[in-house]
Amino acid sequence: MSGTETPIRGLGHSVRRKEDDRLLRGRGNFVDDIALPGMLHMALLRAPIAHARITAVDVEAAKAHPGVVAVVTGRDLDAHGLAWMPTLSGDTQAVLALDKVVFQGQEVAAVVAEDPYVASDALELIDVDYDPLPPVVDPNKALEPDAPLIREDKQGQTSNHINHWEKGDREATDRAFASADKVVRLETFYPRSHPAPLETCGCVADVDPATGKATIYMTSQAPHAHRTLFALVAGLPEQDIRIVSPDIGGGFGNKVPIYPGYVVATVASLLLGRPVKWVEDRTENLISTGFARDYHMTGEVALSSDGRILGLRSKVVADHGAFNAAAQPTKTPAGLFHIFAGSYDVPAAFCEVDAAYTNKAPGGIAYRCSFRVTEASFLIERLMQKAATELEIDPAELRRRNFIRPEQFPYRSVLGWEYDSGDYQRALDLALEKLGYQELRREQRERRQRGELMGIGIASFTEVVGAGHGADYDIAGLRMFDSAELRVHPTGKAILKVGVKTQGQGHETTFAQIVAGELGIPPEDVAVMHGDTDNTPYGLGTYASRSTPVGGAATAMVARKLREKAGRLAAHLLEVAEEDVEYAEGRFSVRGAPDQAKTIQEVAFAAYTNLPEGMEAGLEGVTYYDPPNMTFPFGTYCVVVDVDKGTGAWKVRKMVAVDDCGVRINPMIVEGQIHGGLAEGFAIAAMQQITFDEEGNCIGSNFTDYLLPTSWETPNFETHETVTPSPHHPIGAKGVGESPTVGSPAAYVNAVLDALAPLGITNIDMPVTSDKVWTAMHEKGFA
Amino acid sequence: MEVTVTVNGAAHQLDVEPRLLLVHLLRERLRLTGTHVGCDTTSCGVCTVLLDGVPIKSCTYLAVQADGRSVETVEGLLEGGQPSPIQAAFKQEHGLQCGFCTPAMMLAAKALLADNPDPTEDEVRWALSGNLCRCTGYVNIVRAVRAAASAMRDPEEASAPATEPSAEREPEGSGEPRRGAPVGQEVSA
Repeated sequence: MSGTETPIRGLGHSVRRKEDDRLLRGRGNFVDDIALPGMLHMALLRAPIAHARITAVDVEAAKAHPGVVAVVTGRDLDAHGLAWMPTLSGDTQAVLALDKVVFQGQEVAAVVAEDPYVASDALELIDVDYDPLPPVVDPNKALEPDAPLIREDKQGQTSNHINHWEKGDREATDRAFASADKVVRLETFYPRSHPAPLETCGCVADVDPATGKATIYMTSQAPHAHRTLFALVAGLPEQDIRIVSPDIGGGFGNKVPIYPGYVVATVASLLLGRPVKWVEDRTENLISTGFARDYHMTGEVALSSDGRILGLRSKVVADHGAFNAAAQPTKTPAGLFHIFAGSYDVPAAFCEVDAAYTNKAPGGIAYRCSFRVTEASFLIERLMQKAATELEIDPAELRRRNFIRPEQFPYRSVLGWEYDSGDYQRALDLALEKLGYQELRREQRERRQRGELMGIGIASFTEVVGAGHGADYDIAGLRMFDSAELRVHPTGKAILKVGVKTQGQGHETTFAQIVAGELGIPPEDVAVMHGDTDNTPYGLGTYASRSTPVGGAATAMVARKLREKAGRLAAHLLEVAEEDVEYAEGRFSVRGAPDQAKTIQEVAFAAYTNLPEGMEAGLEGVTYYDPPNMTFPFGTYCVVVDVDKGTGAWKVRKMVAVDDCGVRINPMIVEGQIHGGLAEGFAIAAMQQITFDEEGNCIGSNFTDYLLPTSWETPNFETHETVTPSPHHPIGAKGVGESPTVGSPAAYVNAVLDALAPLGITNIDMPVTSDKVWTAMHEKGFA
Repeated sequence: MEVTVTVNGAAHQLDVEPRLLLVHLLRERLRLTGTHVGCDTTSCGVCTVLLDGVPIKSCTYLAVQADGRSVETVEGLLEGGQPSPIQAAFKQEHGLQCGFCTPAMMLAAKALLADNPDPTEDEVRWALSGNLCRCTGYVNIVRAVRAAASAMRDPEEASAPATEPSAEREPEGSGEPRRGAPVGQEVSA
């Protein structure tokens, strides 16, 4: 039973994943895989138009349809006080519409039937009369004084303006602009995108009529927070609610909000006394669940003639759709957008964001992004590209002149951040070296002489992830800490229970490695449990790259707590004073006599069998970790593209990514996360967009209109790393899952615009499709 | 309607509605839940199964069309109770994250390797282009399929002890990049 015979693969090892064995056998347990005895199936009727009054709802034919058990309308819910629910941003959202629909795809009624096909059939039998109202699609028009009022239900709401938020020093920034040699301005639209995890959202609600216990299996990235919200919405005692988030088929922020389907299915189960399953189809997912971005941004940078940034400002109009269901911390309604100075030492900065209601699906979720950091990073990195072009300074050199320098860390920014650590120059230099930058620039000059369009795009991003600190960051009042509970059994095997929830990130493996690193129990001996609120300590969930910075920190801290007790136990077993025991890699040995030692497994056994007088039995603990600060991952991404002059099509010839996410727990998993994020960044830059026509009809309601890249379009990636540990994180890790989605869109777009720079084309909004490129070239007299 | 479908080698005689989709026959009637549903429009491919060895998307395929035919799903991939080379390679090369697309991806790969035991990277990318993945960026999936191909061509080499190629890498980008020459792809929009 010695812990030293097996290598303890803690931090830095590419341990193959524990979760793979079940998933590779088709034995995962996703929500739609769950079948309970007596289970009913629910389907939702959705509004066909974007803005209309409901004048009548006739459900009689649907109710009479064979196999239908119940039909639920907004009026039915209203009778129970459940027609409205709170959103993550403190707004109210209709569970099922009452008098009015405010976006195409809004939930209007539900059918519960014995069979899912029958439930869908019966939707056709519900007759709803709509009296159309003028749709408001453009957020700028929504803010005009004479715009039709969307939220008539909200007391005191007299316009479509949701909120105004600003950060920074407006006057100081204006002064910087007044004294600048050069001001570079960029107007850009970060389009509405949808995370589109391949598993749609759904639940199986099972309210036991005998005990009143509600067990809700649901696609949730934040099961504990959802339990609390369910308690508040439905008025159920929180101890009688159990949320189980089983295997999740990708989340990317889409599974953070609570959707009406979850609530209606739970109410239906409560009223009918049988389990009710609701799983949305792809169209429902795309037209009604949390979208991301939709930021209309204007950015300006003030520069000296030698390319030093003097000031930075931005103005944003944010389209939040018909309900403000943005998944943002309460105190920062535009999330962490004020990271928009990025990697640069900016002496004066100011940003302001105005959010508007429109007749579109609600959202504003953090799609593989830490709360609007993606929009912010895109803006500054596009601005840097445009500034470099206008000043005729090499874009790498312009960045170099403005980076926050290593000796400035911890760096307090004018926007209120304390950047924890960084070495931006090093990451940029490595990326350029791996890319062969100078040689490529030479090639570009030659090609340009031949009239060929080749571009090199750079993005040197800085992210901010790992929310909280809890006093500064909360969602619906719940502070953004996280938790870990560790139990070491007598045989030295352990169970770790965490408040965060994997959706493919590999927590069952990496969190076991953190325990291995701290306590010397090999990862294969540590079972990681997550996603079940009855069996895990409270946490705020997995999004915004917070699992490793917060949940991972909690894991390290609880392991250290147990190690401290284990040290005292070892002293007892070794019959020496506690201060004479030292720990290394799963062994507690006598200082100066390394042969006299006890393994963690021997100590664990003693915790249940051979305790010193007065010591509590067992080797267990729980830690709630409230991070003192955020973490600031960074890196440089470089993209080389060739643009076809005839068609506007662009090809990625090479993509080099240098990421610094601090200490890497499992390099294989980190690299996989980076690949995935770079692909999603490419998707956003090249093709993904949800649009609407003038009537508010959603264009992009299926995968033939909303394009996702396949293995054929997706470029190849070359990844490298630097390691600058976070000084305040227990193991120096920073979080990584979102850096590539945050940083890479600007790199792709910058590359295309670098190729087009000789033609005088300075901006093309995402997605940069070949037809947009062709049109831009055509307008300049080319193509 | 009465249908007889052989699934993973076992014959099943079932009475089904004519409109029942094959994926629902597999998932609901036979409780083989490794085959997933992702889009309902034949776009994402997570419902891919092999019908007489050929990949089809079972979310837009009627169960009655499979009458008298043979279906293979992820549950049939094990060989002698052990992971097949494709399954082993997906684990070894980290070719899956959330695992939702993985069963379908492995079946598409199996069909490819049955036709082409030594595909190039481009051939793998083309063969899998009917199967979406949102987590991996496809890099490690392509790597896994080529590793599986190699293992199937040369089983002895494949049974050598697994190494941890990433484990000993130095930071700061020392060593060569893990990818070979990148392939540029047309962006069709």
